[in-house]
Amino acid sequence: MTTAAALGSVADTVRRIADGEVTAAALVEPAIERIASGDGELGAFLAFDPTGARAAAAAVDRQRAAGVPLPPLAGVLVTLKDNLVTAGLPTTAGSKILAGWIPPYDATVVERLRAAGAIILGKVNCDEFGMGSSTERSAFKLTRNPWDPARVPGGSSGGSAAAVAAGMCIGSLGTDTGGSIRQPAAFCGVVGVKPTYGRVSRHGVIAFASSLDQVGPLARTVADAAAILQVIAGHDPRDGTSINAPVPAYAAALAAGVAGLKIGLPREYFEVELEPGVREALDRTIAALRDRGAAMTPVSLPHTELALPAYYLIAPAEASSNLSRYDGIRYGVRADAQDLLDVYRRTRGAGFGPEVKRRIMLGTYALRSGYYDAYYKKAQQVRTLIKRDFDAAFAQVDVLLTPTTPTAAFPFGAKSTPLEMYAADVFTLSCNLAGLPGLSVPCGLTAEGLPVGAQLLGKPLDEATLLRAGAAIEAAVGLGDRRPGGARGPGGASP
Amino acid sequence: MSERTLEQMLEDWEPVIGLEVHVQLATQSKIFSPSAVAFGAPPNSLTDPIVLGLPGALPVFNRAALELALRLGIATGSQIRARSRFARKHYFYPDLPKGYQISQYDEPLCENGHLDLIVGGAVKRVRLQRIHLEEDAGKSTHVGAVSHVDLNRAGVPLAEVVSAPELTSAEEAAEFMRALHRLVRWLEISEADMEKGQLRCDANVSVRMRGEDRLGTRTELKNINSFRFVQHAVEHEIARQIRIVESGGRVVRETRLWDAARGQSASMRTKEEADDYRYFPDPDLPPVVVDGPLMTGILRGMPELPAARFERYQREHAIPADEARTLISERALADYFDAALAAHPRQQSGKMLASWILTELLGKLNADGKDIAESPLPPPLLSALVALIEDGTISGKIAKEIFEESYRTGEAPIAIVDRRGVRQISDEKELSAIVDRVVAGNPKQVESYLGGKDTVFGFFVGQVMKETSGRANPALTAELLRKRLGR
Amino acid sequence: MATLTRKEVEDIALLARLHLEPPELDAMQEELGAILAHFRTIAVVDTSDVPPMTHAVPMDAPLRVDVPEPSLPAAEALRAAPRRDGDLFVVPAVITGPSGPS
Repeated sequence: MTTAAALGSVADTVRRIADGEVTAAALVEPAIERIASGDGELGAFLAFDPTGARAAAAAVDRQRAAGVPLPPLAGVLVTLKDNLVTAGLPTTAGSKILAGWIPPYDATVVERLRAAGAIILGKVNCDEFGMGSSTERSAFKLTRNPWDPARVPGGSSGGSAAAVAAGMCIGSLGTDTGGSIRQPAAFCGVVGVKPTYGRVSRHGVIAFASSLDQVGPLARTVADAAAILQVIAGHDPRDGTSINAPVPAYAAALAAGVAGLKIGLPREYFEVELEPGVREALDRTIAALRDRGAAMTPVSLPHTELALPAYYLIAPAEASSNLSRYDGIRYGVRADAQDLLDVYRRTRGAGFGPEVKRRIMLGTYALRSGYYDAYYKKAQQVRTLIKRDFDAAFAQVDVLLTPTTPTAAFPFGAKSTPLEMYAADVFTLSCNLAGLPGLSVPCGLTAEGLPVGAQLLGKPLDEATLLRAGAAIEAAVGLGDRRPGGARGPGGASP
Repeated sequence: MSERTLEQMLEDWEPVIGLEVHVQLATQSKIFSPSAVAFGAPPNSLTDPIVLGLPGALPVFNRAALELALRLGIATGSQIRARSRFARKHYFYPDLPKGYQISQYDEPLCENGHLDLIVGGAVKRVRLQRIHLEEDAGKSTHVGAVSHVDLNRAGVPLAEVVSAPELTSAEEAAEFMRALHRLVRWLEISEADMEKGQLRCDANVSVRMRGEDRLGTRTELKNINSFRFVQHAVEHEIARQIRIVESGGRVVRETRLWDAARGQSASMRTKEEADDYRYFPDPDLPPVVVDGPLMTGILRGMPELPAARFERYQREHAIPADEARTLISERALADYFDAALAAHPRQQSGKMLASWILTELLGKLNADGKDIAESPLPPPLLSALVALIEDGTISGKIAKEIFEESYRTGEAPIAIVDRRGVRQISDEKELSAIVDRVVAGNPKQVESYLGGKDTVFGFFVGQVMKETSGRANPALTAELLRKRLGR
Repeated sequence: MATLTRKEVEDIALLARLHLEPPELDAMQEELGAILAHFRTIAVVDTSDVPPMTHAVPMDAPLRVDVPEPSLPAAEALRAAPRRDGDLFVVPAVITGPSGPS
C-alpha cells in the first residue's frame, strides 16, 4: 500500500487559496493522480469524478481571481458516501439494484458543500444500503483499511473513512444509523461525527432507517470535521424531521479545553471485554483528560444491553419499508420476468445482497400484524427507556466518554455470523436510538499499530461540547502526524 | 318456480351497508410533494423525486390538505384529534411508487362524525367512523399483455370518509353519496366529480335475516363511479347475496369489481397473500398538531352549512320546506339568495325573493343553459326588482317585463321603470277618476254586473288597465270598482 | 415465536417480494430464527406505561404552503426506467383490480 500523503487541513487550504499561495486546480491535480494510482488497492471509490472536480476547482479559482469573497470550504477536497444522492453522478448505495442510476437531483448536504466551494472528487464505497459494519457488504468491491490492507476499514462508511485516512481527500460525508460513521472512523484513525438526529437534512440521503439515519463528516482532525459540520448543519424545509434551531459557531468550541468539564464514564461500556489495546488507549485518554482538569464521574446506563435487540428490530423494520420502492419499474436494475409478481420477486431477489435480504425479512416479520406489538412497538418502548437513561446521566455530567468499539479493525471474513457482526456495534447503537450526537476521535494505536477510537456522546444539539472534548483528546493522545503506511508528515503537505 | 323479486326478498332480509368514500381534496399541490395537481395533464408530467419515490426523497405535509380535511371534520361534527399521525400502509402495486401508501391508521384526524340524509321525507343520521388523510396512487391501464403506469395522480391528497355500517338499502347508499357530494362541494374542499374520479366509493355489503343481530359475511364492491351505479351495484350485490343464502350457500368474503357495461360484479382474482399492510407510524412525518389558532382560523372561514340555512330560511323567512330544500341543493344558489336578502332594503321579504329565484330566474337560466353562478342578473338587481313590487311601485305583471329587460341588459329595474313610464298608479284620487270614467262609459256592463253576472267585473278591471296602459294598481282598482259599483 | 417454520419464511419472502432459492431459504430460516431468539431479552422487559418513541427529539410536522413548484419534465421522470412506452412506465399486465387506494 502506498503511503498516505499528507493533505492539508481545511483551514490551510482555504487560507492558502485566499492568499493566492496556491490555486484550487493545483491542489486537485495531485489528488486526482493519487486516487488514480492508489485506489486500485484501496478500493474506496465507486464513482471517481476528475472532470467534475476539475470544473469545481476552476470555479473556485475564477472566484478568487474576480476578488469575490471565498466560501468557507473553497478548494477543500471531499468525497461522498455513495448513499448520498448526487445529480449527474452515479449513485448506488453500494447495491446492484441501483447500478447505473444517475439521480436528477442533489441531496441537501451535497448542495451545501457545493455552495461552500468544496471540490467533490467522487462517491465512495459503503455496505449495501448502509447495512453492515465492515464495508464487506458492498455489492461492488472491498475497501481496505489503510493501516492494514488485510483488515476492514469498518462500515458502513468504510469508503469515507479509508479515503480520508489514506489522504485521498480532506473530508468525507458518511451516514450513521447505528455507528456507521463512528466505527469506521475509529478503525481508520480519523474523526467521525454523528450529529443530533434532525441536525442535518436527510433530503437526498438514501434511507436505511428513517428514525435513526444522520449524515456527518469524517476528517483527519476535529477542526476539519467541525468546519464541514458547520456547512451541512441547519434546518431544511424539505426534510420534515429537520430541526429548526440555530447552528452555533463550532470553531469557537475547539480551543476551550476541558477544565471543569464533567465527563461521565458509563460502566456498562467499560465492564465488558475490550481488546487490551483498546482498554489501554482509553485508560490513557481518561488520565490525560483528568490531567487537563476534567472531572471524571462513573455513571450507569442500565438499559444498555437492550440497545442491540431494540436496534435490530427497529432498523430492519424501517429498512424493509424504505426498500419497498426498489422494484425495477421506475429506476434501477430490472430482472427478466414474465409476470408482474416475478418482476418484483426476481428484481429484488437478484438485486439485493444477502445481508439486505436478511434485514428486509427480519423487518417484514417484525411489522406483521400479530407481531407488531411484541416486536416493533416493544422495541420503540425500549428506546424510550434507553433515552431516559441518557437523560438521567446528563443531569449529572456534560458529556459521556466510552470506547467507540470493543476491538480494533478486524480481518476480512472474521465475523462469520450475522449476530457476531451485529455485536460489533454494541457501543455505538444507543446513541442513534436516543437521537443524541456522537463523535469518535483517535486516541492511540494498539500494539499492532491499529487505531483506537474514543467515543464522546452528548446532549441533544450539543455538538459543540463533543468537539471541545474531542479536540482536547486529540491534542493529548491523538495520532499527531502519524499516518497509515508508516509515513509521518506535517499538516500542510505541498502538492 | 318463479324467482323472487328484490322487493320480496327484502321483506325477509336486511341489507347492511357501509361506505368508504375517497374525496380528492382541491389543493394546488400534492399532499406530500409540491408538484401540481391537475386533471388531464400529459402522462407523467406532474412528478418529482417525492412522487416517483426516488431514493432519498422525503415527504413534507401540505397545509391546505389539513385545512380542507378539517373543514369536513367540523361540518360533520367529528372529534378532531389534537395530534394525529401518518402511517405507512404497505403493498406492492405498480401505481404505488414507494411500495407503501402514506395514510393514517391508529390515530386518524377525525372520528365519530355524522352525515344527515333525507330518505323518504325523513332525516336519517349516519355515523361516520372516521375521516383520515392519505395520498392517492397513480393509474395503471391494461393494454394487452402489459400495463402502462401514469403517476400524475400519485400523491394527490385524499380524505377517506368511512361510514358506520348503518345504511340499510341501496337507495340510502346512493343518498349518502349525494349528501356527501353536496357537502364537500358546499365546503369548497373538492370538485367531487365522480367521472373525473374525484369522488370514489367502495361499498361493504352484507345481508342478514330481519331481526337477526349478527352480521352476515360482507363483500367489498369496487369500481363504482357514478351515483346511478352506487344504487345499481349495491342492489345487485344485495340480490346476489340473498339468492346465495336462500339456496343454502354461503357468501364468500371477497372483493368484487362492478362492471357497469354488463350490469354485474365479478370477483377479483384472489390475491396471492392475505392483506397484511404492516402499518406503522411513518418516521419521516412527525405528528400533525391541530391547535386552537388553527381551528379558530378554519371555523372563521366556514360557510353556513346547508342544514343551518335550511332551518333559517323556514324560520326567519317562512319559506316552505320544499323551496328551502331546493335553495340549499347547491351552495351557489343559497349564496345567491342570501346575497339578494342582504341587498334588500327590508330583509323580511325572503318569501317573494325565493319564489322569484326559483321560478323566474332559474327558468330563464335553464333556458339559456346557464347555472346560477353565471347569472347575468346579480342578486342586488333581483332584490331591487322585488322591492319595487312590494312597495307597490310596479305591479307583478309589469315586473315580469322589467325582469326580462334587466336580465338582458343589466340595467337597474327602477331605471327601466322610469324610462318606460310604467310606475303603478296607486293614487286613490287619480284612480277613482278613471274608475268613474270607466263605469260611466259602460252602462250596459254595469247593468249586467248588478244583475248578477260576476264575470263582468273582469271587464271593468280590463278597461281600467287599458286606460292606464296596465299601470293601475290591481288591488286598489278592484277595491274602488267595488265601491263605485256597489258590490 | 422465535423459531420459524419453512412456510413462515416463504410467506415472509412473498410479502417482501423476494425470490429466494432453496439454499437461501434454508439459510434464512436458520439465521432469522437465531436472531429472533436473541430478542427474548426485550420481550421480558416491563414496558407498561412506557410510550413508544419514534423521534428522539420531539417535533411536530412542519406544514408546507400550498404553492406548486415545477415538476420534472416527463422525459426526466422516465429517463431511468428500464422499460417505457413513450411517457409511460411499462410492466407486465396487472390482472387484478382497478387502481387506487383500496
